[in-house]
Amino acid sequence: VGCRPFYFWCLSSLLLLGNNSIKTSKYNFFTFLPLNLFEQFQRIANAYFLFLLILQLIPQISSLAWFTTVVPLVLVLAVSGVKDAIDDFVRSWHCSALPSDGVNSRQVCLSVSVQADLLLLSSSEPHSLTYIETAELDGETNLKVKQALTVTAELGEDLQKLTEFNGEVKCEAPNNKLDKFTGTLTLRGEKYALDNEKMLLRGCTIRNTEWCFGLVIYAGPDTKLMQNSGKTTFKRTSIDRLMNVLVMVIFAFLGLMCLILAIGNGIWEFDKGYYFQVYLPWAEGVNSASYSGFLMFWSYVIILNTVVPISLYVSVEIIRLGNSFYIDWDRKMYYPLNDTPAQARTTTLNEELGQIKYIFSDKTGTLTQNIMCFNKCSINGKSYGMVGVGIKVDFSYNQLADPKFAFYDHRLVEAVKLNDVPTHRFFRLLSLCHTVMPEEKKEGNLVYQAQSPDEGALVTAARNFGFVFRARTPETITVVEMGETKVYELLSILDFNNVRKRMSVIVRSPEGDLTLYCKGADTILYELLHSSCDSLKEETTEHLNEFAGEALRTLVVAYKNLDEDYFQDWIRRHHEASTALEGREDKLSELYEEIEKDLMLLGATAIEDKLQDGVPQTIETLAKANIKIWVLTGDKQETAMNIGYSCNLLNDDMEDVFIIEGRTSDDVLNELRNARKKMKPDSFLDSDESNIQFEKSSKKTKIIPDEEANGVYGLVITGHSLAYALEGNLELELVRTACMCKVVICCRVTPLQKAQVVELVKKYKKAVTLAIGDGANDVSMIKTAHIGVGISGQEGMQAVLSSDFSFAQFRYLQRLLLVHGRWSYIRMCKFLKYFFYKNFAFTLVHFWYGFFSGFSAQTVYDEWFITLYNLVYTSLPVLGMSLFDQDVDDRWSMLFPQLYVPGQQNLYFNKMVFVKCMLQGIYSSLILFFIPYGAMYNTMRSDGKAIADYQSFALMAQTCLLIVVSVQIGLDTSYWTVVNQFFIWGSLSVYFAITFTMYSDGMYLIFTASFPFVGTARNTLSQPNVWLAIFLSITLCVLPVVGFRFMKAQLKPTPSDKVLLKIKEAKKRPPPPSPKRRLRRTSTRRSGYAFSHQHGFGALIMSGRNMRPKSPFATTGTFSPNSEKYKHKGL
Amino acid sequence: MKNKTSFPPQEGEARPSRCPDNSAFKQQKLPAWKPQLTIATVLSSFFLTGAFCLLVGVCLILSANSVREIQIDYSDKCSECSKLRENSSNWNKECHCSINFALKEGILGDVFMYYGLQNFYQNHRRYVISRSDAQLLGRNANIQKSYCAPFTTYRNGTPMAPCGAIANSMFNDTIDLFYNLNSSVIQVPLLKTGNSWWTDKNVKFRNPESYNLSSAFAGTARPPYWQKPVYLLDEEDERNNGYINDDFIIWMRVSAFATFRNLYRRVKRIRQFADGLPAGNYTFRISYNFPVTKFKGRKHVILSTVVWSGGSNPFLGIAYVVTGTAATLAGFVITAIHLKLRKKKTYFQK
Repeated sequence: VGCRPFYFWCLSSLLLLGNNSIKTSKYNFFTFLPLNLFEQFQRIANAYFLFLLILQLIPQISSLAWFTTVVPLVLVLAVSGVKDAIDDFVRSWHCSALPSDGVNSRQVCLSVSVQADLLLLSSSEPHSLTYIETAELDGETNLKVKQALTVTAELGEDLQKLTEFNGEVKCEAPNNKLDKFTGTLTLRGEKYALDNEKMLLRGCTIRNTEWCFGLVIYAGPDTKLMQNSGKTTFKRTSIDRLMNVLVMVIFAFLGLMCLILAIGNGIWEFDKGYYFQVYLPWAEGVNSASYSGFLMFWSYVIILNTVVPISLYVSVEIIRLGNSFYIDWDRKMYYPLNDTPAQARTTTLNEELGQIKYIFSDKTGTLTQNIMCFNKCSINGKSYGMVGVGIKVDFSYNQLADPKFAFYDHRLVEAVKLNDVPTHRFFRLLSLCHTVMPEEKKEGNLVYQAQSPDEGALVTAARNFGFVFRARTPETITVVEMGETKVYELLSILDFNNVRKRMSVIVRSPEGDLTLYCKGADTILYELLHSSCDSLKEETTEHLNEFAGEALRTLVVAYKNLDEDYFQDWIRRHHEASTALEGREDKLSELYEEIEKDLMLLGATAIEDKLQDGVPQTIETLAKANIKIWVLTGDKQETAMNIGYSCNLLNDDMEDVFIIEGRTSDDVLNELRNARKKMKPDSFLDSDESNIQFEKSSKKTKIIPDEEANGVYGLVITGHSLAYALEGNLELELVRTACMCKVVICCRVTPLQKAQVVELVKKYKKAVTLAIGDGANDVSMIKTAHIGVGISGQEGMQAVLSSDFSFAQFRYLQRLLLVHGRWSYIRMCKFLKYFFYKNFAFTLVHFWYGFFSGFSAQTVYDEWFITLYNLVYTSLPVLGMSLFDQDVDDRWSMLFPQLYVPGQQNLYFNKMVFVKCMLQGIYSSLILFFIPYGAMYNTMRSDGKAIADYQSFALMAQTCLLIVVSVQIGLDTSYWTVVNQFFIWGSLSVYFAITFTMYSDGMYLIFTASFPFVGTARNTLSQPNVWLAIFLSITLCVLPVVGFRFMKAQLKPTPSDKVLLKIKEAKKRPPPPSPKRRLRRTSTRRSGYAFSHQHGFGALIMSGRNMRPKSPFATTGTFSPNSEKYKHKGL
Repeated sequence: MKNKTSFPPQEGEARPSRCPDNSAFKQQKLPAWKPQLTIATVLSSFFLTGAFCLLVGVCLILSANSVREIQIDYSDKCSECSKLRENSSNWNKECHCSINFALKEGILGDVFMYYGLQNFYQNHRRYVISRSDAQLLGRNANIQKSYCAPFTTYRNGTPMAPCGAIANSMFNDTIDLFYNLNSSVIQVPLLKTGNSWWTDKNVKFRNPESYNLSSAFAGTARPPYWQKPVYLLDEEDERNNGYINDDFIIWMRVSAFATFRNLYRRVKRIRQFADGLPAGNYTFRISYNFPVTKFKGRKHVILSTVVWSGGSNPFLGIAYVVTGTAATLAGFVITAIHLKLRKKKTYFQK
């Protein structure tokens, strides 16, 4: 196949195209330092530290050496700076790794995705037709056809003419309406109207068209797709927001503590300090107790600053980064078929993956593979097609067979070979009754251009069984029937539309028989059958039920032999009707009804809209995890519902599936209210708890509480109704009703509506949302949802590019959420709990000491200890825990999706938990201060020397603290890997090593001013009562925690505690087999007629406008299943 | 899956697979120890800790009780002297006072003599930093850069040696102990060296080097509250003079709290005192120099023996006993609750 490049030619020079690319890197080599520093100091924590640093430079206030602040600050800035630099580098690298956004693309033939909104000028196809697929834009999989203006079509591929093309296009300003375009083209003084039929929008894929030329109308951000993709907002997790609130609370707490201490200092200086001036005169410039108190306020701000831990943000970033890497590295989310690993494209949202409550999923390409498969059929009361895998039917007798087609029932081939008449008629019908266009560039290499993939699948099936649709002209259809080329005369196409739900063709066979072939939805066609088919009807119904039970899309096929005279009369009236000026449509459909009756039933086809692997199982698992799934699709209702049933979203165990399809605002409101009334009759009473709660919630942010329906319900809403429902007053009604349902399916929605739906849930529900999709039409919702997931490895990259996480298969979602999300969430919560605890325990000791040291801002610990505590002594163990911890391993968390629920309810870290951490921290700090105090008070060392000197006390308190927090992290760690062991023991050893080094003679003699604690470690840590005090502090800090945790799990077990207990018991038994059940479906018949919601190509074919000169091979191809000649040729 | 054709290698060159490594680390399958809170571990930790704490507590209380300690508050008893000292113009007047006490039983073993101060905020931040370690190390340091102010230099620029509030406020009472045996008064021999940390004496404090001490401190002046310059702190013992004077070193090791005691002297175990202090009447003779009344401070003199766990402070012992009791009780409570719950569970299972 010759492959010619596509040229999209841009009149308005390269300026427009220049905008088509996006600048992604933020820094360059020189601007990095100033820009990054500026950005970093905009973060509140860093600014706060800068402020502290300035405070420390004021001598009257400075209560700590400068390095206690500078060292952490520099380290934090360095770490974040490096991370930003890497991020920036990776981002620009990602972009350059994408296929270039260029205008011509030579690599892919016959499928090129359009990168700007173009006005179609000319194409290789007759009448400048261009076939496009818009799955990326609206999720519809059928081919659409666009046609250029005749004046521009003349340009052809003559580059000379094209470059000389001189016209003026006037069009509307860039907007987000995908289905509308108005404009005019002025060419040589004449005006031509432009509409959407002449536009190729960015995001659509050109199919089966050799070349085409277009004029760029909108580029870059002006394209309709980009206009639809919503704003890119900086996403933050709820933990982020909570953390900011908590930091503010801590600031207030810090202020309060400092105020208390400052007042204490004022009183102390007045009461005692004033008299103590004999030995300690007031500092220069201080002349009153209150002024001293004022200064002391700031001094204490410096000392107690560690309650607002600067390393918090950095550590959180590191943890998220680490957990993102695990996603990238997971082999179980790697898809070998197209070599696509999962990818965490945003590294700051991990823990939110463990809190998802709503999933918004696209259908096409996400739930389904977008592949249609002719799976089963029923011919003359006989059902063919087997479940499970057998041996593939060998179609090698047929030279024109499609090698990709697979069928597993050999009986059908036998029937064909035995010249069974109904079977032959069945496949003849499939090869004649359609609007597919064939293409044969090389002999035997047939390519079908089908308007819908279903139709393509049916024609391909007929082709493989020996009824090869080979060529068509407006008047004829050439079919190679069992090796024999037959040319049927095409007399009429009774095209498909949404009301008829069927299509028919009337053909005259070479033998001269007039036949009408019809295929359509069973409900419709069954009404039109001849009464003689009643028994066959019953058998076929049974088969249809069976097919529907497997969620296959079914079509019923029937035929009718026509009487020559009647037909001549009919065709005359048809001609009249089609040329009538008034009521043409009605007249035609009347005529169609007239001829399509008393049909003879032939059988039924069953087509599988192939789901992606493991979709039903994934959905079942996610449902068990209490996650609600909403399907938002641009496809039409039947298809959407069909998929809903086949992937087990909807099933017949549901009490009801409400369908909202009102065409006015009032209808929609009524339908929604009725649905709600049925689900929860009380919900209209004022006494209903939800109503009360809802009224209570503040005016600004109305949060609707979760409501329980009296059963399992589903809701299907169409795009039209959705448009009304999304308007102001109906919004609430929609959310309340929809959120009570287990499953919501929105069909025929625009990309923007998808985003609006997500926005709606975000607004009224305190829940974390996730949107997953693969196409450009999903970009807006991916950007809107808290977390956006893109399905990668397919053609379009739009969704992936705007997503936060991407992987190749929908089924990986359960692993992403239940394993990675859950772990990340638990790790983050554990980290925060521990982090706040350790800083409270650390800092509050200073507070208590204030009461014993004249509120003089004297620190308890050595300044070096203060500097290194967060950065060196305690950072690695907690990082180790937050990177490696697992309460249960991945198998169990997949097996018990209930374990996911605490995350949704935000149980592991919230304000309550924070208060508990704070109280625990306060308790620990009390122990850590008063035990050493009591142990040292009025006593002496075992050699009679004084023990209660400040340095010994400092060393004792800090050693107690460090061991206590290390034991505490050991208690929190439930998964001790080598790394954890190394970090925890290592940190303790490093503490002692550093302490002994810093307190050594050598260090003192070199840096006298910096290390005044010389000898303290040796002299103090050799005392038995010091160690006894340390042991007592540890016991008092840790043992209550052990008892409390154990008793809590015993007395008030949470549901997840119970599951964990179950797992613990189950672990004693051999591990369970990996869960692989086949889902049973109940069988209610649902017919899907998977055509476009638009008119078919019928008219186009009859007019012959899309015909190319006859295929050169159409008449030569002959083969016979019994012919030896072809068997050899095939080898 | 297998019958699907794999992704065709594009552009003719074999791309390396993007499949992640199958390492235990990357797949989060590192072997790990997974400790869990089971009834066995919880109960054993409670009972073992309880038993251990009780044992240690009892030992601590017993040994603390075996400590003999005599503490005498002399800030009131020497009220005349303290009144005299309230007026700083009397700084050069000497004032002595005596305090008698009787030992019904002798104090056996090593006896240590402490002075105790109450309400003296040695841990005040500005007090703690008011020193120059470099100066005390005998270096020619620029004390202006230290936090010694306002005890850095005199108005005429003469630097103080040692500088700072700590040194200036050094405890300068002298306390002597006399044993009254049959109307004869015997001075109890006391050791004034070997009372400080080895590291302080040998590393942290050094005299400036010179051919003799007074020349080493030439050009400096004593701190304002001192009665004599630093090189005259102990005229008898060269190795206890200047900065390396034990009393000075001990004072410079500031206390963590406002109430504290510092080791002052040890009883030299010779002659009558070879076994400690025999029973009888004793007198402390105190040269009262250190004013405390102004800030409501109090002064004590303490005689004490020590054991392995230190002095007579019963705090640790009591704390251990309480903790041990609490842990054991909690252990029993947990056992009871656990048994009850288990009964309930089996009951329901039936």
